[in-house]
Amino acid sequence: MFRFARYNEPLIFELPSRETRERTPIPGIPRKIQRLKPISIPNIEEPRVARHFHHLSQMNYGVDTGIYPLGSCTMKYNPKICEEIARWEEFSCLHPHQDASTVQGILQMMYELEEMLVEITGMHAFTLQPAAGAHGELLGMLLTRAYHENNSDNNRKDVIIPDTAHGTNPASASIAGFNVIEIPSNKDGTVDVKLLKKSLSDKTACFMITNPNTLGIFEDNILEIAECVHDAGALLYYDGANMNAILGKARPGDMGFDIVHLNLHKTFSTPHGGGGPGSGPIGVNRELEEFLPIPRIIKEKNRYRFDYDKPKSIGKIKEFYGNISVLLKAYTYIKMMGYNGLRETSEIAVLNANYMKKKIVDSKRYELPYKQMRKHEFVLSCEKLKEEKNIRAADIAKRLLDYGLHAPTVYFPLIVKEALMIEPTETESKEDLDRYIDALIEIADEDVEKLKNAPYNTPIGRVDEVYATRNLILTWRDFKEEMSEK
Amino acid sequence: MPGFIPNVSWKNDMLKSLGLSSIDELFSDIPEKIRIDKLNLPKGLSQQEVERELSFLADKNISCKKLLSFLGGGVKPHYIPAIVKSIISRSEFYTAYTPYQPEASQGFLQAMFEYQSMIAELTGMEVANASMYDAATSLGEAALMSTRITHEKCFLIPENISWERKSVLHNYVKGTGIEVKEIRYNRETGGIDLDDLKKNLDDTVSGVYLENPNFFGIIEEEIYEIQELIEDRKTLFVVGIDPISLGILKPPGEYNADIVIGEGRALGNPMDFGGSSLGIFACKKKYIRQMPGRIIGLTKDINGNRAFCMTLQTREQHIRRGKATSNICTNNGLNALAALVYITWLGSDGFYDISRRNFENGQKLMEILLDSGRFERIFTGIHFNEFVLRYKGDVSKFNTLLLEKGIHSGLPLEAYFPELKKTLLFGVTEVYGEDDFNRLYSAIMEVS
Repeated sequence: MFRFARYNEPLIFELPSRETRERTPIPGIPRKIQRLKPISIPNIEEPRVARHFHHLSQMNYGVDTGIYPLGSCTMKYNPKICEEIARWEEFSCLHPHQDASTVQGILQMMYELEEMLVEITGMHAFTLQPAAGAHGELLGMLLTRAYHENNSDNNRKDVIIPDTAHGTNPASASIAGFNVIEIPSNKDGTVDVKLLKKSLSDKTACFMITNPNTLGIFEDNILEIAECVHDAGALLYYDGANMNAILGKARPGDMGFDIVHLNLHKTFSTPHGGGGPGSGPIGVNRELEEFLPIPRIIKEKNRYRFDYDKPKSIGKIKEFYGNISVLLKAYTYIKMMGYNGLRETSEIAVLNANYMKKKIVDSKRYELPYKQMRKHEFVLSCEKLKEEKNIRAADIAKRLLDYGLHAPTVYFPLIVKEALMIEPTETESKEDLDRYIDALIEIADEDVEKLKNAPYNTPIGRVDEVYATRNLILTWRDFKEEMSEK
Repeated sequence: MPGFIPNVSWKNDMLKSLGLSSIDELFSDIPEKIRIDKLNLPKGLSQQEVERELSFLADKNISCKKLLSFLGGGVKPHYIPAIVKSIISRSEFYTAYTPYQPEASQGFLQAMFEYQSMIAELTGMEVANASMYDAATSLGEAALMSTRITHEKCFLIPENISWERKSVLHNYVKGTGIEVKEIRYNRETGGIDLDDLKKNLDDTVSGVYLENPNFFGIIEEEIYEIQELIEDRKTLFVVGIDPISLGILKPPGEYNADIVIGEGRALGNPMDFGGSSLGIFACKKKYIRQMPGRIIGLTKDINGNRAFCMTLQTREQHIRRGKATSNICTNNGLNALAALVYITWLGSDGFYDISRRNFENGQKLMEILLDSGRFERIFTGIHFNEFVLRYKGDVSKFNTLLLEKGIHSGLPLEAYFPELKKTLLFGVTEVYGEDDFNRLYSAIMEVS
């Protein structure tokens, strides 16, 4: 059975340090603004540094370790070739202000990536500037405002969002200064079109949805939704977190979406990096193009250059042009997949999810609320297990770790009680899916006491998160103080 | 060649177990009207083919390994020790995501706790978060945070920050009613204009942002005078730093900064055409609940062992949704890990040496340019590793001629600061030495 390594690895600050040299004042800088007291970080030779981080890495689970089916996060395999190419110094060692004649290759890559994303989504134009999905959402909200203001339509202050939405949607809308109106889903787990119609008004700026939604259900009323949103004069926003379900099958642009964000670190296989960097390009329809961030990349007589002459542009959302290495990896990935590979990606992603869903539901240990047809992910409920055996979603999640399997997303979306949100992705084999299914079934039959104290095979036991919040030890300095008080 | 989708080979068996005869049935819930047959993209390439294609693209770039680059503007080529690349290539780190399951993520969590600790030591602040996207978005978040804390809606910034940063800031505060006011820079020193700051500092000010060193490379010598101006007010003091400078310059914690932000790319991350950024964000502990971003805390497991986990999550979007302190979810974790490995590898002494070398090379480069007789100084303030000079001639012609010799000149500033006619913003780091400076000197003499 799988085991993590277990080290009682000290903090860097606890490692033996060479004595720090005394600092002598530097001529040319007034003493009062010089740092004459050395920074309190240890001096350690390279072998121990390498071991330290190597030990830490062995106490971490990644996609290369095993299945990582976090719902809505699309934790798929990250091709090694992409990592290698992004490191080439002809790409990584470029200054953002270099003369255009010396960066034609990278500009061409960005230009072509925009074109590819345009084709994949059916939108009119793309910007690659946002650093992550939520950052793209914020840009989407800024574009929404710019569009309405340009039409002298200044009363549109509301953004409507279904109750299944990712938490970033309402957060992005409210950071951008909009009022968030959340509408409950219908009994199928999809948008309640009647309620949506009632909620739309001349105050509505935008309706934000994910399709397929976070339950993994395709919003089959999408054309009607688009029509009534547009009739109300509002814009329709596509949260692309779940785009992995429909590549080469359907396109947000054809569904009537006005603004689309993609997560390159999900759909296009760039790694999640332990929490980033990501990339959240934004695509828009023809009418919104003039508001996109500057610079735009243009091609003239086979030469590429930046164009800053866009008077209606919202300006910038990130300091330069986006997370370039992430863009390079996605570009390489799309080139390798092609139209055929992208279609196969979604086909197998959806097949894998439905295969798991059926086998688990057939086992009768878990329930599947709402409509049965799913795309690339599905959400189980442990409500029955909780009532009958006091087993909670968190217990299942922790116990899965003992099997060497990463837990699904838990307690989301909020409308499913005791939710386990599972997205296997297309890069998992049938063997891995079967192992996961078997583990979920076995765990449901285990003794509840065993589950409550799980996990056992991880470097540490179940973590006390309440203690962390109460004590707030956030740095080495905090920790030292805490120890000296004791 | 092998692909990335194993179950293509098991497709029919799996369909059969679902009682389906074709994959299309799985997509029957998509209205026919919007279903498409095929994307208009080329067929997929093999790894071998894609590598070749990308190498053609790479050949169309000239990297700063080949060019001698003296471009300033906040981004510069720094040396990245091999160990940084080695550690961030550990796939247990780079193929993981946000540590939602702490028991399976202790490695990354401990590393982020150490990163927060390192940033706290470098900046002299009490707490730091586990990264933002970049300095510009950190500045935007700092302005929002200042208003959350003070409930005031006027944020002061120097007029001489990069236009990119300014634009991002404006976009972050756009929907909130926060007014951004600009303080003049001192035309003589290049630092902040203290009188103009005094004039604008009233009770409606939520925060004062200052960069040290600033966009012109100038080190603020009157930083304690500025601190005194702000100290007795509820206004927050927000300081933007270049972390490399903190080996030799007083950390903002010592001049009582409330929030510190900065660009952390220089700490072990490549220039990456402006990507691979790292937003540093630190503050006083009393403001922690208003801070944006992920925060890692030290705790214990059920057996009493030391452990790490995400904490104060109730500030974040996945719990608090529309009322979160920020919308940030994915951050720049791997860049933060690179920064941690970089600082650790250098240690206190190594960091001081790098910092000092950056300062000294900054002085040398200016001397050489002035020695050429083709430039003149326009600011009297002392500078770190970037500075502004005026060229006595046609700037664009000079830059073009230098580029033909494989040398990238400074960033022309006139487009952003019309008063700074014919000026260039130069930058240099620890990577260049005597030979490079000599090459630059000869090239200037040849082209002028």
